[in-house]
Amino acid sequence: MNIVAQKILPPNATSAEPFLARYRGLRAGLPGPRAPREAAADLLRRRGLPGPRDEAWKYTSLRPLTELQFHAALTDAGDHPAPVALPHLGALAESPRVVFVAGRYRADLSQLPDQITARRFAGHLGTQEAADDSQLLALNTLLAEDGALLEVAAGIDAGTLLLIHMGADLSGTPAAFHPRHSVHLGAGAALTLVEISAGQGTYLHNPVMDIDLAAGARLAHLRLQIESPQAFHIGAVHAAIAERASYDSFSLVLGARLARSEIHARLGGTNCHAALNAAQVLRGAQHADFTTVVSHDAPCGTSRQTVKNVLDDHARGVFQGKIEVARAAQKTDGYQMNQALLLSPHAEIDSKPQLEIFADDVKCSHGATVGELDADQMFFLRSRGIPQAEARGMLVRAFLSEALDLVQHDAARALFDEALNAWWETQAP
Amino acid sequence: MLEIRNLHAAVVEKPILQGIDLVVPDGEIHAIMGPNGSGKSTLAYVLSGREDFAVTAGSVTFDGADLLAMEPEQRAQAGLFLAFQAPVELPGVGNANFLRTALNAVRRARGDEELDAAAFLKLARAAAKSLHMPDDMLKRNVNVGFSGGEKKRNEVLQMAILRPKLAILDETDSGLDIDALRIVGDGVNALRSERFSALVITHHQRLLDHIVPDRVHVLAHGRIIRSGGAELARELEAQGYAQVIAEAA
Repeated sequence: MNIVAQKILPPNATSAEPFLARYRGLRAGLPGPRAPREAAADLLRRRGLPGPRDEAWKYTSLRPLTELQFHAALTDAGDHPAPVALPHLGALAESPRVVFVAGRYRADLSQLPDQITARRFAGHLGTQEAADDSQLLALNTLLAEDGALLEVAAGIDAGTLLLIHMGADLSGTPAAFHPRHSVHLGAGAALTLVEISAGQGTYLHNPVMDIDLAAGARLAHLRLQIESPQAFHIGAVHAAIAERASYDSFSLVLGARLARSEIHARLGGTNCHAALNAAQVLRGAQHADFTTVVSHDAPCGTSRQTVKNVLDDHARGVFQGKIEVARAAQKTDGYQMNQALLLSPHAEIDSKPQLEIFADDVKCSHGATVGELDADQMFFLRSRGIPQAEARGMLVRAFLSEALDLVQHDAARALFDEALNAWWETQAP
Repeated sequence: MLEIRNLHAAVVEKPILQGIDLVVPDGEIHAIMGPNGSGKSTLAYVLSGREDFAVTAGSVTFDGADLLAMEPEQRAQAGLFLAFQAPVELPGVGNANFLRTALNAVRRARGDEELDAAAFLKLARAAAKSLHMPDDMLKRNVNVGFSGGEKKRNEVLQMAILRPKLAILDETDSGLDIDALRIVGDGVNALRSERFSALVITHHQRLLDHIVPDRVHVLAHGRIIRSGGAELARELEAQGYAQVIAEAA
């Protein structure tokens, strides 16, 4: 522990010093301009990692992350091209894909798409302001070394693209990866991006994705998080949505020991749309936090959120959903529904909807429910000869279906269903 | 088929069944009639294994096996079927998927091969047609948005597909119009054989016009107070329960 850092950190802050130390070691070799990284370092020195004193981190502690010493993975990863089995891709096996292994782009595993310009990250760190509460973004900015820059030209429907990250420890040592991706869709362009985060062993996967949708563009962002049970997944999506553009996302969270997925969607033009739907299905001692900020900055925007948590054993789910409606954003139509199904008396859900509305002509609704499996429904299924475990599985899938049915892409939906089946089959009896 | 001896059951320590003795031989249909609160539905739930009821004394053997020692799904796999008085809705569970999962669970337990989707659908469509149910009832979620009559017909559909040895019909006639009553009756009669028995629980005699019972039992205060042939149902309809109960007291 660095004495100086301790002195200047606020009380109870979690030091980012291990990451800062890595930054000092890597600094000379990191791509791109130095200034944004120095600003990020400064912020992390002053504020530490986000912790309980930060309102947005009340329910999720990163302390377990600081108990592990992560290998300075990124510069070495290229020297350890471990044999990699891609996750099951089903009907998407032939789709173009961009594959990262242990934080590094892998040309040999990728199949680049025709209609998308795909380049590697070269230090373009975007334009987000280094606000005091953006330590998570700062952590990625500090250490980002690789990533995919995807561009679809105006008017092009680029079909489906897979973005896969395979995490791994490095010869048994915990590793950390901070990929920085960006997706830009030109006016009227369309893309379905299926993002899969998987892996083996103990590692931190901390991706940031900057999304920029020009007028009338449509991005379907379908995410499957099946990280290793020992892994940490801490990621953020920042989507800027222009007039008439649509960002339609679904996140299925099944993996990782500790996960925090943030989506920040800024509806910056008139008549744009954002859907931030999700399902988290957790057991054991898993902790997963789905945090969203939807900013309606312009009139006539619509936002939709259906978020479901299924929690077994001692698992803990968190949903924080903030909807901000600026004074100018008249005729905003926002909807947020958050439901949790607790399969064990020891499971816990923390749910925090937040509405901040400054316009006077808006329609915003939100709701939250928490429940257990219905005893009448269970008995009904069992009375038809269906064993208890199978009956539970049917009712859990039924609970999730309202969210999963929002996935319009058949192959991605099938992938989600298969991942859920695999989750269910590995369930301890 | 079914042998109930001195069965006592309670819910939250309140005794409901207070010494039921009843034997339903193979191939017979028995009716259980009685006023509200007499324990008819409790008997149905206890036989099918609902956990809210505690069996405090007595025994039940089903096809020679100790029924009370079995889990609800094991009872169903052994050939017991309860048609619910108030069938539950299962939003998000497709009716066809539900029926196939149930049938295959039962077939698996009996050592039969599971049916694939195509073979199952053929069977289910035929069964639905014989019950005058539109095909789309297989596509909809289980009982969601079904009318009361449709729910009851869906129970009979489940019975037709699972082909139990013993069916317990818990007031399946309630909420049915005359046509639906006939369809339900036909559905039960279609299963009648030497290896099929039924316990028909009802308030009214009218279902028994369609499903003619071999025996009728009157249940009051958790006990069978009188048993007779099919004519007993008509007698009850004419005189009311109060008189029969008073005579038995």
